[in-house]
Amino acid sequence: MATALDTYDKVRDDLWRPLNGASSRYIAAVLLTAALVAWGLFAWGYQIRTGIGVAGIRRPVMWAFYIVNFVFWIGISHAGTLISAILRLTHAGWRKPVTRAAEAITVFALMIGALFPLIHLGRVWLFYWLLPYPNERLLWPNFRSPLLWDLTAIFTYLTGSMIYLYLPLIPDLAELAARGSNGWRRRLYRLLSLGWTGSDREWHALERAMKLMAGIILAVAVSVHTVVAWDFAMALAPMWHSTIFGPYFVVGAIFSGIAALLLVMAIIRKAMGLESYLEPKHFDNLSKLLLLMSLLWLYFTVNENLTVWYGNETEEMNVFGARTRGPYAFLFWAMVTLNFVVPFVLLGIRRLRNIRTATISALAVLAGMWLERYLIVVPTLATPRLPAAWGGYQPTWVEISITTATFAAMALLYLLFSKLFPIIAIWEYKHVSEG
Amino acid sequence: MEHRWAMAIDLDRCTGCEACVAACHAENNLPLSTPAEAAKGRAAHWIRVDRYWEGEFPDVKLKYMPVLCQHCDDAPCEPVCPVYATYHNPEGLNVQVYNRCVGTRYCGNNCPYSVRFFNWFEPRWEAPLDLQLNPDVAVRMGGVMEKCTFCIQRIQRVKRDAKEEGRRPQDGEVQPACAQSCPAEAITFGDLNDPESRVSRQASAGRARRLLEELGTKPKVFYLQRVTQALPAK
Repeated sequence: MATALDTYDKVRDDLWRPLNGASSRYIAAVLLTAALVAWGLFAWGYQIRTGIGVAGIRRPVMWAFYIVNFVFWIGISHAGTLISAILRLTHAGWRKPVTRAAEAITVFALMIGALFPLIHLGRVWLFYWLLPYPNERLLWPNFRSPLLWDLTAIFTYLTGSMIYLYLPLIPDLAELAARGSNGWRRRLYRLLSLGWTGSDREWHALERAMKLMAGIILAVAVSVHTVVAWDFAMALAPMWHSTIFGPYFVVGAIFSGIAALLLVMAIIRKAMGLESYLEPKHFDNLSKLLLLMSLLWLYFTVNENLTVWYGNETEEMNVFGARTRGPYAFLFWAMVTLNFVVPFVLLGIRRLRNIRTATISALAVLAGMWLERYLIVVPTLATPRLPAAWGGYQPTWVEISITTATFAAMALLYLLFSKLFPIIAIWEYKHVSEG
Repeated sequence: MEHRWAMAIDLDRCTGCEACVAACHAENNLPLSTPAEAAKGRAAHWIRVDRYWEGEFPDVKLKYMPVLCQHCDDAPCEPVCPVYATYHNPEGLNVQVYNRCVGTRYCGNNCPYSVRFFNWFEPRWEAPLDLQLNPDVAVRMGGVMEKCTFCIQRIQRVKRDAKEEGRRPQDGEVQPACAQSCPAEAITFGDLNDPESRVSRQASAGRARRLLEELGTKPKVFYLQRVTQALPAK
């Protein structure tokens, strides 16, 4: 008969196994994603050298792919926050094998998302002029600008979520340093485990710190995406100047964040052989959350569009028409299908709900939410108040390469992270097994 | 403040000849565009002539409206700039400081008149056009925003000359390039602080309207137009 100790040893062995060695598939994936990232960096270098005009942005569409990607990735970063902070605060026991995978998404998505405001600058080499520091120009940045609020919010969020990812790693790192590694890895784990010995005092301190961080990070996450929404809502542009943009963006962010988490879980489950840890019930619970967020998203989308349509103001209706009947209509209805119809059918009908349909829905929602951001940014800018200035937008290979590279960067960071750190919090999982 | 510069454009006089556009290009060292770039919407014209059609073909009436930076007193472009590249100067001008601009392009998005232009590349003038650059106006580098300045270099020159001669600038002494070159004399420029100036009188006349005034931007370009009530077709 298996004792609790046997079970724990098995868990530890299962979760430590992926840290050692590398299959040929793993190496191929690293090389492929690294090549895509390198290509994206080349495209960025070309853009810096030649001028931002090599991107497809033009008057009046001065923001496009880069800002769409920025909002998209900041949205994805809400995966970790929601799953881990809300579920931790509400003591939902099923969250435990999911939290670290989610928190890692948050940190990587933020690192990628925070790059886009830089990629998008006309003179990126002067980006530090946005930072408040005493300088020879005798000029502080303009704190009335939503871009400054953005910068502040994102740096706070990135710092907070890194701490939040790091805290629950400490006990695992200490154990890895003690028994699970040798050579440079052991030195790395020992350094990062900050001399953790596992005393009662340390456990209490860790749990207090994690509870505190969960509360803080939740508030920060909500404010971050609200501030991102304000970049648009503060502008005097038709269909941007909306009071519900804050909560609309937060809902959209959590929605796409859960989709990202479902997709990542489905991949690591297969690739790392974690079938007995990431169980159907985890996918089922997250599917229900995704469905709930899909309905919330639809509610906000209807609110936003119905009020514009009913109000029938010329300038707002020009944008509304471009989105629902004009040049962007195909993308608009594709968005509604991907964000609402697909998850509603696949996850709403209980017989159809399984890991496969959850993965398909997650992919649909990720595509749909990217389109949603595109449809917020581009049609409004292409349809300004004076019809004489109307224009269009076509992305170039530079924007497409950089966008592709960021998805590859996410995969690459994840590949490296899962080779260095256990992707499931072993000590947290142990609590589940015992409880 | 000593001056409050403003412009009045008489739409009943404008013929849409675009002499103002050409003059502005020459005066302000506007970057040249290629046909391909211009087709993308990347040509910069600090002043442009918008055309509006009224009626159905063949009974069509064409109307022209020169549109330039409106130098709003409550300019939406100003608060959104993170680096104070665009700000309000003491004479009511909406000023763009090219050296401060990092190119977020937020101001361009937030301008309801779409009169802000971005330098997508380093500017180039093919010979011999490089020899005709105006030495009084800075050439803008790639990656920064630019727009109409109300020919601030001409304002400065008049103020300096007046100061040397110990007098106030006279009404009509400052002539932006567009006003100077307008064959129909549709454009008037002057000081709103002087109630007797031509622009002050035109701004308070019955024909004066401001573009998208309902947004509360308080523009300082006044459009003069006789308003006729359209009669329903019999």
